Amino acid sequence: MTSVNAILAKELRSYFVSPVVYVVGAVFLLIFGVLSYLAVVNAGTQAVRMMQIQGAAAQLNLNDLVFRPTFYSAAIVILLVLPILTMRLFAEERKLRTFELLMTSPIRLNEVVIGKFLGAYLIFLGMLALTGIVPLILSVFSSFDWRPVLTGYLGLALMGALFLATGLFASALTENQIVAAFLSFGLLILVWLLGALGSVLGDNPIGNTISYLSFIEHYDRLVRGLVDTKDLIYYVSGMVLMLFLAHRVVESQRWR
Amino acid sequence: MIEVQNITKRYGDFTAIDRVTFTVDKGEVLAFLGPNGAGKTTAMRILTCFMPATEGVARVAGFDCFDQPIEVKRRIGYLPEHPPLYQELTVTEYLTFVGRIKGMGAEDLRSGLDRVMERLALGDVRHRLIANLSRGYQQRVGLAQALLHDPPVLILDEPTLGLDPKQIIEIRELIKSLAGSHTVILSTHILPEATAVCQRVVIINNGRIVAVDSPEGLSARLRQSEKIRVAVKAPPADLANRFRALPGILSVFEPTESGAFLLEYELGQDRRDELARFVVDNGWGLLELKTVSMTLEDVFLRLTQHEEGLE
Repeated sequence: MTSVNAILAKELRSYFVSPVVYVVGAVFLLIFGVLSYLAVVNAGTQAVRMMQIQGAAAQLNLNDLVFRPTFYSAAIVILLVLPILTMRLFAEERKLRTFELLMTSPIRLNEVVIGKFLGAYLIFLGMLALTGIVPLILSVFSSFDWRPVLTGYLGLALMGALFLATGLFASALTENQIVAAFLSFGLLILVWLLGALGSVLGDNPIGNTISYLSFIEHYDRLVRGLVDTKDLIYYVSGMVLMLFLAHRVVESQRWR
Repeated sequence: MIEVQNITKRYGDFTAIDRVTFTVDKGEVLAFLGPNGAGKTTAMRILTCFMPATEGVARVAGFDCFDQPIEVKRRIGYLPEHPPLYQELTVTEYLTFVGRIKGMGAEDLRSGLDRVMERLALGDVRHRLIANLSRGYQQRVGLAQALLHDPPVLILDEPTLGLDPKQIIEIRELIKSLAGSHTVILSTHILPEATAVCQRVVIINNGRIVAVDSPEGLSARLRQSEKIRVAVKAPPADLANRFRALPGILSVFEPTESGAFLLEYELGQDRRDELARFVVDNGWGLLELKTVSMTLEDVFLRLTQHEEGLE
């Protein structure tokens, strides 16, 4: 555990002395802010239209009109942003040969993988926590159901973990950070598209299995406020699989 | 302390090291000497458990590098050819991180930090970013990293690379001071370094051990003739031929710009007095007469070239 802590502390330190975290954080927060602003404005326009039709102010559902579209867009944003956070994790160690230090120290490779993953994950959770300002401000002026908002955040947090683990795996495959980032974009978009592919194949075992593999239908339920064990298991097992693959890839490089 | 038996490492069809066997005793300083690409780094990487050998057994302090890598790694300080530095950290941050992944406690770490900072004169740069340090300082931080947890075994891949002459002497002194208490393997392609610091030299060429001996032993063993240098004040024109006529002489090299003849005798014959008398009796004026021993450099070149000639 001390080794995991050491790796984690070093990763956080490296993140904050490089511009990556600031740029990634700023871009993510800005886009999230713009998206939620647009959603709020859109909700306002709809309210005005409803008033013209019904002649009275209708009860607006902020959950449907603001939070759901924002969460859906945020999923795309983290898909674009998180690979940038993970691309250096192993690629840089190999390029700068610091990998030799890690692998000749009395620590286990899984401690390195977990430490690095946790470092990136804490950064992501920090970014996510900062977006909490949007529901907090809205709660001052309006009332809405907090439950789907919190499960939406849970969905983002779980999906982010899966994305980061995938990014870590991609970073283990190459010495080149650009290649690592591109690989994780590719992998994530492919898995995303499995949802659409599954629905094309129709409601049969093969189609359903393929749809199940996409992270989007699991996320959709969470955003609507439904917490289902199978969705949680999907994300956690996907994350564990990716971390395991990263571990195997790094380990296998010693044998070549 | 270190036992290596028939280690072979293949990368695909390429054999980096081939059935290498040697042992290092506790407290001994051993040098791997060989041209670039001879397999020195590969051998070191196997000993530090960075990569497994294709065949063979390597043991450090009784622990097998393949079966008990963590135990081996605990006992080894390793300086790779490229010092493994995180450019974005300061020297203190970096060494603290290294100490923690080496499993050092807070107290050990504090005293270890003070010790290596003093030994490698890093005190002045302890709060500077590694990226901003000169090559020499970076190399010293790399060494500090290897020494930090005071491991009984040190494996140093070209420890004086990139240092200036003064620093090279300091680092050699440091390595010499480690002898006795620590077991050290260092690799180098600089011959005087091996002679200066090591008790034993392993010469590697094309992945195979060509010779193992002390620096003196190596040059003695490989000497195939006695050489004597003779400088004469007033040499007659045919002096070279007259020398050739002397008993026991194998060959005579004509004077170069130094004005001295180099006479090669059969091994085990000391004919200096005879030679001196010969020159003095003829009244040519003897200026200088001394035996020339074969340097490690000659040995190295002879061994490695010989090896290439075979293939």
